[in-house]
Amino acid sequence: MSTTTEQTAVQYEKDADGIVTLTLDDPTASANTMNDLYTASMKAAVQHLHDELAADPESVKGVVIASAKKTFFAGGNLKNMVMAQPEDAPRIFAMAEDVKAPLRALEKLPVPVVAAINGAALGGGLEITLACNHRVCVDDPSVKLGLPEVTLGLLPGGGGVTRIVRMFGLQDGLMSVLLEGKQFKPSDAKEKGLVDELVATRDELVPAAKAWIKANPEASANPWDAPGYKMPGGTPKSPQLAAFLPVFPALLRQQTKGAVYPAPRAILAAAVEGAGKDFDTASRIESRYLTKLVTEQGSKNMIQAFFFDLQAINAGKLRPQGIAPWKATKVGVLGAGMMGAGIAYVCARAGMEVVLKDVEQANAEKGKAYTQGLNAKGVERGKLTQAQADELLGRITPAADPADLAGCDLVIEAVFEDPALKAKVFGEIAEHVTGHDRGDALLCSNTSTLPITELAEGVDRPADFIGLHFFSPVDKMPLVEIIRGEKTSDEALAKAYDVVQQIKKTPIVVNDSRGFYTSRVIGTMVNEGLAMVAEGVAPYSIERAGTQAGYPVGPLQLSDELNMELMAKIARATKDAAERDGAAYEPHPGVAVVEKMIEIERPSRLKGAGFYDYAEGRRGSMWSGLAEVFPVASEQPPIRDLKERMLFAEAIETAKCFEEGVIESAAAANIGSIMGIGFPAMTGGAAQYMTGYEAADGAIGLAAFVARADELAAAYGERFAPTDRLREMAANGESFPA
Amino acid sequence: MAEAFVYDHLRTPRGKGKAAGALHEVKPIDLVVGLLDEVRKRNPGFDPERVDDLVLGIVTPIAEQGGDLAKTAALAAGYPETVAGVQLNRFCASGLEAVNQAAARIRGGMEDLILAGGVESMSNVSMGSDGGPWAGDPTTALNTGFVPQGIGADLIATLEGWSREDVDAFAAESHHRAAKAWANGYFADAVVPVTDMNGVTVLDHDELVRPDTSVEGLAALKPSFAQMGRDGGFDSVALEKYHWVEKIDHVHHAGNSSGIVDGSALMAIGTEEIGHELGLTPRARFVSMAVSGADPTIMLTGPAPAARKALAKAGLEVGDIDLFEINEAFAAVAMRFMRDLDISHEITNVNGGAIAMGHPLGATGAMILGTLVDELERRDLRRGLATLCVGGGMGIATIVERV
Repeated sequence: MSTTTEQTAVQYEKDADGIVTLTLDDPTASANTMNDLYTASMKAAVQHLHDELAADPESVKGVVIASAKKTFFAGGNLKNMVMAQPEDAPRIFAMAEDVKAPLRALEKLPVPVVAAINGAALGGGLEITLACNHRVCVDDPSVKLGLPEVTLGLLPGGGGVTRIVRMFGLQDGLMSVLLEGKQFKPSDAKEKGLVDELVATRDELVPAAKAWIKANPEASANPWDAPGYKMPGGTPKSPQLAAFLPVFPALLRQQTKGAVYPAPRAILAAAVEGAGKDFDTASRIESRYLTKLVTEQGSKNMIQAFFFDLQAINAGKLRPQGIAPWKATKVGVLGAGMMGAGIAYVCARAGMEVVLKDVEQANAEKGKAYTQGLNAKGVERGKLTQAQADELLGRITPAADPADLAGCDLVIEAVFEDPALKAKVFGEIAEHVTGHDRGDALLCSNTSTLPITELAEGVDRPADFIGLHFFSPVDKMPLVEIIRGEKTSDEALAKAYDVVQQIKKTPIVVNDSRGFYTSRVIGTMVNEGLAMVAEGVAPYSIERAGTQAGYPVGPLQLSDELNMELMAKIARATKDAAERDGAAYEPHPGVAVVEKMIEIERPSRLKGAGFYDYAEGRRGSMWSGLAEVFPVASEQPPIRDLKERMLFAEAIETAKCFEEGVIESAAAANIGSIMGIGFPAMTGGAAQYMTGYEAADGAIGLAAFVARADELAAAYGERFAPTDRLREMAANGESFPA
Repeated sequence: MAEAFVYDHLRTPRGKGKAAGALHEVKPIDLVVGLLDEVRKRNPGFDPERVDDLVLGIVTPIAEQGGDLAKTAALAAGYPETVAGVQLNRFCASGLEAVNQAAARIRGGMEDLILAGGVESMSNVSMGSDGGPWAGDPTTALNTGFVPQGIGADLIATLEGWSREDVDAFAAESHHRAAKAWANGYFADAVVPVTDMNGVTVLDHDELVRPDTSVEGLAALKPSFAQMGRDGGFDSVALEKYHWVEKIDHVHHAGNSSGIVDGSALMAIGTEEIGHELGLTPRARFVSMAVSGADPTIMLTGPAPAARKALAKAGLEVGDIDLFEINEAFAAVAMRFMRDLDISHEITNVNGGAIAMGHPLGATGAMILGTLVDELERRDLRRGLATLCVGGGMGIATIVERV
């Protein structure tokens, strides 16, 4: 091997003690992945070891698997996977088996095999190490270990399901490793038992691995290959587990509120079926379920959004090019209400100095106390030390005087949604945030609906002014929608993009329009649910259609929480603007329901009465009088129609946003809709939902989406009719710009 | 086509299906052998040589109930080597299914005399211990929306708006009726006491019946399926399909559901000719039999479609039936059947049912058909229909007519 000139991704090197180190080092890429070269190289390396041992059992004393890259091993080749179609099943299955065979052979070598983990070992990377007898990992908290396949609609098909189940048992293996795809820090992985040994530095890895081999020359069999192995917690054939088994699928359905995510279902099935069989049969079953997931549409949707789109956005896809990276050091947050307090917290957490300003000093203090509360929880849960918490809190200075913003290079305004008020607070601070050595401050307005171009008229530097739409609660929600006004400069946009990433959030960039992208789109879903109420659809069916479609909550609960008085206000503003601009305005049938609910004084959770009853702030049952106001019809539509009405309403609004130039990237639409407004993750986002739409008859693609939209339009209203552009795209086989 | 007649039917008393139950010490095979002995004894003309087959419903046919218990029991009871035996499983309908299959074979002219019934010693072989993919295989369970039947029973009550008091009232009535029937000796002919190897009586009455059962007393019992529905996720699974329902009202408990018991039943079914030949008196004629199905998630609404199918096959209307027996798997099942067919409780389960006396899974169908035949005779009525709800959403129904 080492003497051939053939290209290899697995370097072979034997030391004087007879210990062989296999170094993963793909010469064609910056990271190791499970490509054809790896598969062939690993196969050859293991065959070589096998041949050596066959010729002379004393020739090899042990094997260390190491990596020459920054990460240990990056996992499967997703670009190839998303191309796979159902007819490729035989090829995908064979490929999965091909990847696993050398790992199984490695595991069965009569000498100890140790993984030396120097960097991230996620998915396929961790699966390689699971085939070893011992895992040594560098104790660097930035190193992540785990099997996150489920988050991409896949399953760990490189032996991950089979070995995790045999290591931890069905219940623990599923719950703590497989079903949620949790990523572990090395110390947590050690505690969990995913790795066996931690070393302080990367240089100690291979020596530690070799030391273990020398100390444990007989440790060549994994527990499941050793005589007397018993699966922790029992196999499905053992009575105690058999009795408990039926709740596994039921709990999975309960967790997803009826939304169908194929990957966790396949993982559960492969785990349970495999647990009752011998290792090699289990491994084959695992390959079959992987093949199913890979060739079906669901994984393609999730890979698009959660791998390709997210990666592109994180890499700055939506950021203007050629502008130097920027970092904010001191932020002035205007308004210490719920949003302001949350924004202050995330900025302080990112290391910024924060001036949290409100009209009254007491309000500002209260806003700072919000961070104190979050810190206390963090300390209690062991997420940060008291010292870290104190430091974080110390970065926030509550203030009432605009002069306290002196030296800020970033201003984020988060006062009430009132253009005049916003103009006033920017006016107050204008002179204090210019002309210092960090340059003039970037001016950001947190608004969910007000057009940025109009707000820009109230500030002195419109080129530096931009919208930052945060979502509530700010500390939890991962998205920030950046709204570029007409006069916003490229530099301001680039800075805003950097700020969002600096506070560890994901940015999307949209152009100015009423409601921007996210608020505009979510409104259509809520309105659709409300229209169903007027049509006499059973209210709980509406809610369940929402959650079964994959939304986090149903549209009626959402209406209560969003506050229907606010929704009416937005509807009025939209109507006024349309009249002012001479545009056509046709009220959505949902608007009348909002008006009725306000009229009968059931507008919101805030007021303690909406579609639901609220007792002491807790949501109870649906209001018992609802059927008198909106009688339930004797004929009910199929729930599939209800689900698709919500999804299609949002998707079609998304298509319109593309056509109007509000949004310009499918990645932004996908990530924005999933992370900002709860568009179902398994669809891959609002743009991918259209291009990856799977019809009831199995047809996939935009043409199938258009055909179904026409059906919905015929049955439920013209608002579902696809736009001319969508029809054209479907006819030409086009997709949205990436 | 030949007719099939019921010539005799007999059953064991039902013992509580737990270690403290009187029949726990009795092997399942002995429950059957006792009846095989008795049917010979009490029918002097009965010639075992003429028995073609022994068909037994056994729902959990493993361990002591495994290995084709029917043939083993025939051998153990000293029946001739020519008497075959077969075990079958249609979940809770197995006992009636055994009888129906026997009757069908007689009517088909293939055989002349078959003993059919069933056995279940639930204290010895627990329900569900035979596994199966419906509940135990995730892919199957996910694709079919499996939920345990108790959840379905509670869902029926929820959909119908029946309160805990409503179902408890039905349960109390079942006990009162069964107690009265026992007191008046209505079961005397059918019930064969279980004795030990020395002829000493082990049990001669249904252990579960409590004449003093009251709605007030039942109110103290905790719902059986609430926790499983909530913590096991099953309520959510059921409500995916029944999406208009806010939540399932868990009204069923040990006191208004069928009792878990041990017991066995046997019916002698044959042609008209075999009766003449052996000097046996026909008690009733099989009119029609049907199986059907409904939604497997709610699971327990199959009796109505099965009953309608059996009625249609016989060219009869609901009004042509004088008495009904619906297995009281759960109070709401029986109540739902009465509502579906628009029949009165006055002509349904007149001597109580499984809530009071228990439901030995494999045997119950044969037991309730026997009770129906006896009661038609006692009241001098003509037709009766017996039905059970069945796992998987199935239903089964048999119509008999006195001769």
